[in-house]
Amino acid sequence: MDWTAVELSLRLAAATTAVLLVVAVPLAAWLAFSRRRWTVLVEAVVALPLVLPPTVLGFYILVALGNRSPIGRWWIELTGSPIVFTFNGLLIASVVHSLPFAVQPLMAAFAGVDRRLLEASTVLGRTWPSTIVHVALPLSRAGFVTAGVLTFAHTIGEFGVVLMVGGNIPGQTRTVAISIYDSVQAFDHAAAGRTSVILLVFSLVVLATTYTINRKGRPAWPRP
Amino acid sequence: MAPTLTVCLRHLLLDVDLELPLDAARPVTVLFGSSGAGKTTLLRCVAGLEAPAPPAHITFDGHVWNDGRHRLPARKRGVAYLFQDHALFPHLDVDANVAYGLTDLPRPQRRERAGRALVAAGAAHLSGRATTNLSGGEAQRVALARALAPHPRLLLLDEPLSALDGPTRSRLRAELRSILVEAGTPTLLVTHDRTEALTLGDRIVVLVDGRVHQQGTVEEVFSRPATPRVAEVVGVENVVTGRVGEIDAGLVHIEVAAETLTALDPGALSTGDRVLACIRAEDIALEEPGTRRSSPRNHLDARVTALTSEGALQRVDLDAGVPLVAYITRPARDELGLAPGTPVTAVIKAPAVHVIPRTS
Repeated sequence: MDWTAVELSLRLAAATTAVLLVVAVPLAAWLAFSRRRWTVLVEAVVALPLVLPPTVLGFYILVALGNRSPIGRWWIELTGSPIVFTFNGLLIASVVHSLPFAVQPLMAAFAGVDRRLLEASTVLGRTWPSTIVHVALPLSRAGFVTAGVLTFAHTIGEFGVVLMVGGNIPGQTRTVAISIYDSVQAFDHAAAGRTSVILLVFSLVVLATTYTINRKGRPAWPRP
Repeated sequence: MAPTLTVCLRHLLLDVDLELPLDAARPVTVLFGSSGAGKTTLLRCVAGLEAPAPPAHITFDGHVWNDGRHRLPARKRGVAYLFQDHALFPHLDVDANVAYGLTDLPRPQRRERAGRALVAAGAAHLSGRATTNLSGGEAQRVALARALAPHPRLLLLDEPLSALDGPTRSRLRAELRSILVEAGTPTLLVTHDRTEALTLGDRIVVLVDGRVHQQGTVEEVFSRPATPRVAEVVGVENVVTGRVGEIDAGLVHIEVAAETLTALDPGALSTGDRVLACIRAEDIALEEPGTRRSSPRNHLDARVTALTSEGALQRVDLDAGVPLVAYITRPARDELGLAPGTPVTAVIKAPAVHVIPRTS
């Protein structure tokens, strides 16, 4: 049982979720409410990680953050170490890879908020960010929870992008999914099975909890 | 100097050039027209919720709010907007809703101001309640309090009573007028309801098919519609101001100039109340003076001031102490030998006189 990998995965998922909820709220609000020209294109770009093979996404991230790229060089100058094959590189890759899982539920929730309420808020003197925070977000609680949970669970389960960008360094970039792959490669099916079961149960619990929260007053476990 | 609102719009359905004096003493301007006339769009443009295309120009009190290219954001206009279905924030309670527009005040002052707004809107008893289980009338009061709390420069009301059921609507109608007069905030109110316009308005702007057809005081516009379309939309040619005299057995006597009109008592009136008596021109019959008794209750001595042909009908302008308009047929005109100056008796049945209370 690779507890280091479990711990790393949880850490990565928590960090990704935290970053994404901050990034996704303004982005989703913009996509849901803007009537400008470029919205559709940005929406498509945000959805790309859903359809691209993780290896393709991973490849581009590797190229963009690699030691010879402008970003990679700048980072090395700044910190003295490369981004790729480190936890930070993994985090950036996870954020990009899970972007649609955070943005889309939030967008759907924002779009469902009565437009009149947003207008009422602006006429009452509130700026657009204040309106999002004080009206759109509180009325999109379900979307917010869904976005958080999906991001978390998706990050725990990701494999291809992690392998491309992070490699397989224990304690640094070896996540649960990679640890399972390693076990199978080493013919250690027992270890792979144990870790897989943990991942399976964890995912089920997380999803069931989300659906319970999002039931809006209907009992989650009604008596027969 | 009272602030002036000028609105110039060339929109899909609007073709409007308006200049409205907004007087705090006579604060309510009614934007009147049938549904689909573009009233709400106009209101939304004034609020800044709609971005009208270039030839648009909106100014308020000398400040440009919209010149087609640049648009002052709604939040900076200092207007309040009352939505048809109230648009209360469901996740906030009554007090938080009312205080929502008061962020630039320190907290204790915010609470005090919200409290006063609730009192002004007759909603003090709703303090502390959630907004999700308010009745229509209660939600309306809270929405009004929320609109008034930040002391807006201009209050915009979109069909404020349309979401309410009949009895609640008539109760709130009279009260709304005194709340608005009390607040003294210049108000632009959109409605398609004649009673609402007559009860609430000081001035009225008639919008037909996206164009302004007439504006003036309520009495002016309803009594002397400028065009046949306005007459059709307002649907009543004679509106005279009077005071309630005696009330007995379901009948109410209204003192109008030197005459007394008898009408059916609509209820909730008391002697001395100021009212508007509305009579359609078709409901006024003319007789030679000194005719025998008849069943209609109202016989007014009048003099013909003008005659105008309108198709098969003859429009007769009368002076009965107050100006009146009657429609009669051409043969009737010939039989009575009407000409300007002819004395006649105007005969009106009591149920043809509609009484609308005006609190102030």
